[in-house]
Amino acid sequence: MSKPNPTDRRYTKEHEWAKDNGGGTVTMGITDHAQELLTDIVFVELPAMGKKITQMEQLAVVESVKSVSDVYAPVSGEVIEVNKVLEDHPELVNQDAFGEGWMVKLRMDNPAELDNLMDAAGYTEMIKEEKH
Amino acid sequence: MKKTPLYEHHLALGGKIIDFGGWAMPVQYTNVIEEHQTTRMKAGLFDICHMGEIEIKGPQAFDLLQWVLSRNIVEQAVGQIKLSVITNEHGGIIDDLTVYKFNRDHYMMVTNAGTKDKDLSWVAKQKEIKGFSDVQITDISDQTGKLDIQGPLSQMILQHITVDDLVPLRYYHTMNTRVMNFPAIVSRSGYTGEDGFEIYANSEKIACIWNTLLEIGADFGLKPVGLGARDTLRLEAGMMLYGNDMDETITPLDVVYGWVTDLEKDFVGSTALRKLKEGSLRRKLVGFEMEERGIARHGYKVFKEGREIGEVTSGTFTPTLQKAVGLAFVPISYSEPGTEIFVQIRNHHARARVVGLPFYKRKKQQ
Repeated sequence: MSKPNPTDRRYTKEHEWAKDNGGGTVTMGITDHAQELLTDIVFVELPAMGKKITQMEQLAVVESVKSVSDVYAPVSGEVIEVNKVLEDHPELVNQDAFGEGWMVKLRMDNPAELDNLMDAAGYTEMIKEEKH
Repeated sequence: MKKTPLYEHHLALGGKIIDFGGWAMPVQYTNVIEEHQTTRMKAGLFDICHMGEIEIKGPQAFDLLQWVLSRNIVEQAVGQIKLSVITNEHGGIIDDLTVYKFNRDHYMMVTNAGTKDKDLSWVAKQKEIKGFSDVQITDISDQTGKLDIQGPLSQMILQHITVDDLVPLRYYHTMNTRVMNFPAIVSRSGYTGEDGFEIYANSEKIACIWNTLLEIGADFGLKPVGLGARDTLRLEAGMMLYGNDMDETITPLDVVYGWVTDLEKDFVGSTALRKLKEGSLRRKLVGFEMEERGIARHGYKVFKEGREIGEVTSGTFTPTLQKAVGLAFVPISYSEPGTEIFVQIRNHHARARVVGLPFYKRKKQQ
């Protein structure tokens, strides 16, 4: 069973989360449900600093032994920090997807975009339906 | 999708099911890395019921096989297994398979799952063409269940339910025995680079053997292993996968199957292959290791000095070696171990180096 989805952040249909840090920036990563589907993550490709990205454009790549999956930007903005630790420890995404397994910090172009995303209850409901 | 007799067991074990050549097969139960390590360190149990078994029987069994196989089987002893390919008239690989010899007039070909029907009609057609009337070709895949038990503790576990002593059974040899008192064929062989066995028994009895092995094996650390780890295990061991690394456009001389191809004898495709060998072979399948971050995958392009020179056929992150490796077709001139090549991973040309195969070799016991 995946961990509960924290209520302090928003969620995309593609299983990313975005947490508003205040000051116009967000931290993002993939959900615990997503890491569970991927299982053994062995590689995370992070974007370059300063990269400009539009909401739901491809931002990063995660690879398990078997598969390659795109990670999308939950909001439009600029990459201001990446979690370098993942380069040597991609397994952190499996172990702590909502915490130490975070991927990118973005400076948002338009904070109102967060409202396009689901809240924890909505996302939890969505993945429940996926299973049927 | 077709299901093996163990389908329900896979679901009960939490297996994640995928479509593998039309078969509903478990890709993993827990995760690929864990299952891979279990096989290398202890033992893994694989459902291989999807693979094909074709019986070749009769006074002309040898003649037919000698004609369809690239391998010369003159010296194949009773109880011995030979790896071989079957090729079309142009030398293209129809399948790679193992051939079991039970007695002078009785053989079994073990084929890939997706190629079995094609192999069957090809061999039947060759029998017709050559006029070999005294040989029967029988598809025994449905009634034959197959399990692989692989890893250093395999023998200890399997011995518990096998009536004959497994110790004298040599690598790539087979014997008729009884497993849980059911008639069975057991060979010391496999697709992982570890010591291990392939077990063939009636498909109605296979679930019983599967359950008992898991039960007895639990104390030894035996776990069920899915196709995901089967793929990383075989790739580390430098073994190829039909459909991935080769198909009918590839000849055994292009890949690492020159050694199973005897151009001194006549077989389907031998004329074409001799010509190819006299001319210049253009490409070769090589192993490579990534030197820059990134994982090469099937279909990724290979570059040298900015020019596209080939393609990756298999690639993964290997759990034992903890690095990204793969197989790729490159021109002969770039096939020497040590040659620097580049693999295009998304928008980046990542540095890699040609290395000798296999990537992983188990330490000899005793």
